[in-house]
Amino acid sequence: MKDDSHGASIARRFAFSAVFWLIVGLIVGLWLAAEMFHPALNLTPWLAFGRLRVVHTNGLIFGFTLAGVFACSYYILEKLTRTPLAFPRLAKAHLYLFNAAIVLAALSLFAGLNTSKEYSELEWPLDIGVVVLWVMFAANVFGTLIRRREKQMYVSLWFLIATVVTVAAVYILNNLEVPVNLFKSYSIYAGVNDANVQWWFGHNAVASVFTFPILAMFYYFLPKSTGLSIYSHRLSIIAFWSLVFGYLWTGAHHLMLTPVPEWIQTVALAFSLFLIAPSWASVINGYYTMNGNWEQMRTNYLAKFFLLGITFYGLQTLQGPTQALRTLTSFFHYTEWVVGHVHMGTMGWVTMIVSASLYYIVTKTSGREIYSVRLANVHFWLILVGQLLFTVTLWIGGIMQGAMLKATNPDGSLAYSFLDVVAAFYPFWMIRFAGGVLYFAGIVVFAYNLVKTAAPRPMAASRNPLFRKGGIG
Amino acid sequence: MNLYERPVLFAIASVVVISVGTLVTTFIPLFMPSTQPVSRYIKPYTAIELEGRDIYIREGCNNCHTQTVRPLRTEVARYGEYSKPEEFAYDRPFLWGSRRTGPDLARVGGKYPDAWHYRHTVDPQGMFAKSNMPAYRWLAEKKLSTDYTAKKVAVLGYGYGPEEVARQIDAFRLQVADPNFPAANQRALVTPGPVRGEITELDTLVAYLQKLGRDVKELEKRSLERK
Ligand code: HEC
Ligand code: HEM
Ligand code: HEM
Repeated sequence: MKDDSHGASIARRFAFSAVFWLIVGLIVGLWLAAEMFHPALNLTPWLAFGRLRVVHTNGLIFGFTLAGVFACSYYILEKLTRTPLAFPRLAKAHLYLFNAAIVLAALSLFAGLNTSKEYSELEWPLDIGVVVLWVMFAANVFGTLIRRREKQMYVSLWFLIATVVTVAAVYILNNLEVPVNLFKSYSIYAGVNDANVQWWFGHNAVASVFTFPILAMFYYFLPKSTGLSIYSHRLSIIAFWSLVFGYLWTGAHHLMLTPVPEWIQTVALAFSLFLIAPSWASVINGYYTMNGNWEQMRTNYLAKFFLLGITFYGLQTLQGPTQALRTLTSFFHYTEWVVGHVHMGTMGWVTMIVSASLYYIVTKTSGREIYSVRLANVHFWLILVGQLLFTVTLWIGGIMQGAMLKATNPDGSLAYSFLDVVAAFYPFWMIRFAGGVLYFAGIVVFAYNLVKTAAPRPMAASRNPLFRKGGIG
Repeated sequence: MNLYERPVLFAIASVVVISVGTLVTTFIPLFMPSTQPVSRYIKPYTAIELEGRDIYIREGCNNCHTQTVRPLRTEVARYGEYSKPEEFAYDRPFLWGSRRTGPDLARVGGKYPDAWHYRHTVDPQGMFAKSNMPAYRWLAEKKLSTDYTAKKVAVLGYGYGPEEVARQIDAFRLQVADPNFPAANQRALVTPGPVRGEITELDTLVAYLQKLGRDVKELEKRSLERK
């Protein structure tokens, strides 16, 4: 049956916005990846690597991931509170303004209007827009929570609240700047302080966009789509508070061995190691939930996305802390190894969980079965293999890069010039591109499947048994 | 009283929990002078260098280049003396970067003559076939806009006024347009006729690159003399 609540229809539209921005961001990403081994592609100022990279990161973090987060949040909010959205008209305005803001953001970044601070590049007028949009979102979150009919707030709602609060704090504080004119401003912090604030933001942008809300989805949609309940409520309480507490201490692990005061680096390192525990609490909670029901990996097309997703989250939260260790950071910092880390998180964990959640939302809200389970499986395998080819290549390449940069001759002089290292990397950049193409193909299949699911279709098609398999538990 | 039944209280609790790490690792250091010390040997940017720095930001050079040398043996051998906090006192924003697709630039000032940069920035592949740096032809073709230069210097509080800014701009224009400018031949090769008598964006970018790491060499020389 079609779900006609306001939350459901807004959720469905945000879901399609997310898919749209995903495809745009990936086309930009592929172009960027090709520029690495074919620099002639830097055809115009706005296609030059330095500007395009920013369009890629912002497009995928804010366009794709945040739209996915909004879709799931509006949906989850209504279901878990058993209450309609508090301000449905505001939510609709949020949808339109959000998409308009992403268009303006992309155009301004193409034009080279940027503050240079990673993931916070937008110039000040757009920053104000972002804050307004966030307030609109928060109003619905808290408005609906306050009016709710369900007494207890489930763990997904805790992560949602943490997302709302953390994004607001880190975004505003990192973007305090003095305008010169409409298109240019300077940070209020200088030098070392600017660096320290920026990476406190940077790491918590990862926490509050790529972790908290994705965990909210995981804790809601895994039980929903498998028909099992989460293994341990107590474990999720411990995981939640220690994760939210620990994340804010670790920003300086992005600044190891730089002029940032050493004690800040050491504290960041210690808390990075600490984060393994709460991160793995969620991984374990997920695995134990499946206890005795692992056959769903085969029979339920959504279960694999969630379980592979949480597995990559587990790997990511082991790799991350080790990267902060001084010996390893001295080797891997600034190399392609870190780009491998980033993309296991984004193409593995984030994409797996978001895609499955969007399948769930679109099928439920349009009241239809998925158009094709077989295509969903093709989607799964393409993004999995594409991601692995991408990340494993960059890890091997990153080790080579680190080793070449550190290699010395017997007399202590450097064995390789910087250009030798660049030249040696061309084959890796090409394989990474191939991995990106596979992943992109998977996403195109995903988009097609989702559009077909939502579109009205003749009865004959939905009677086809192929489309009926693998319903949701 | 159950926290999990009270959303507003829950939000307040979350704010408290995220504030602890924030206060200790970012807020308190803002007020400790030792985080960002100042040295009299490190000078603010001139108006021209500042404009060059803004071009660097606009083009996102920081997405491929870092500006911090770490205290590691091979890194010091490759780039030069490791970075000190004093060097960044006038950097708003900081430009340390997070990826080295290209080499670190913290010590590039004075490493090559101006002519080298005029040639390299416009056509890196012409110099090194395997370089993947973009060819920034358009920077040599565009006259620098100085409409906001004085305002920028004022916002950053670099300690000199609009007259000084105007003087620096005029002096720099005469310098680069002069046929005796050391890089005059290379500059003429990459700069189209109509803008040759003007300050181009590339001119200021080169001036900025030549400033990187130069003051600190002075600082190090002085501290060696004292020993
Ligand atoms: C796609 C990444 C990329 C971008 C973007 C980029 N560079 Fe480069 N840059 C490189 C690579 C690779 C090298 C090493 C090979 C060479 O010298 O061309 C390099 C070398 C340099 C060097 C020489 C450093 C030395 O010590 O020999 C300078 C100076 C430089 N770049 C400045 C810039 C400026 C200024 C910008 C922005 C306008 C920029 N680069 C943008 C990749 C990049
Ligand atoms: C316990 C959890 C984690 C820890 C301790 C951690 C640690 C780190 C460290 C130390 C770096 C810097 C590497 C370097 O530059 O040398 C890094 C980079 C990064 N990590 Fe993680 N990581 C964790 C989880 C994640 C997750 C789940 C994601 C999700 C996608 C993620 C995304 C990123 C990104 C985007 C960067 C690149 C930042 C940049 O330099 O631009 N990380 N991480
Ligand atoms: C087809 C798939 C993709 C391709 C080909 C691709 C390509 C790239 C390239 C070439 C870079 C620059 C790396 C460098 O400077 O060395 C990059 C960086 C980045 N990408 Fe992607 N990307 C893809 C998918 C994604 C997705 C799905 C996300 C997020 C949801 C994402 C987020 C990022 C981020 C955050 C960075 C910055 C990393 C850092 O600062 O270290 N990418 N990507």
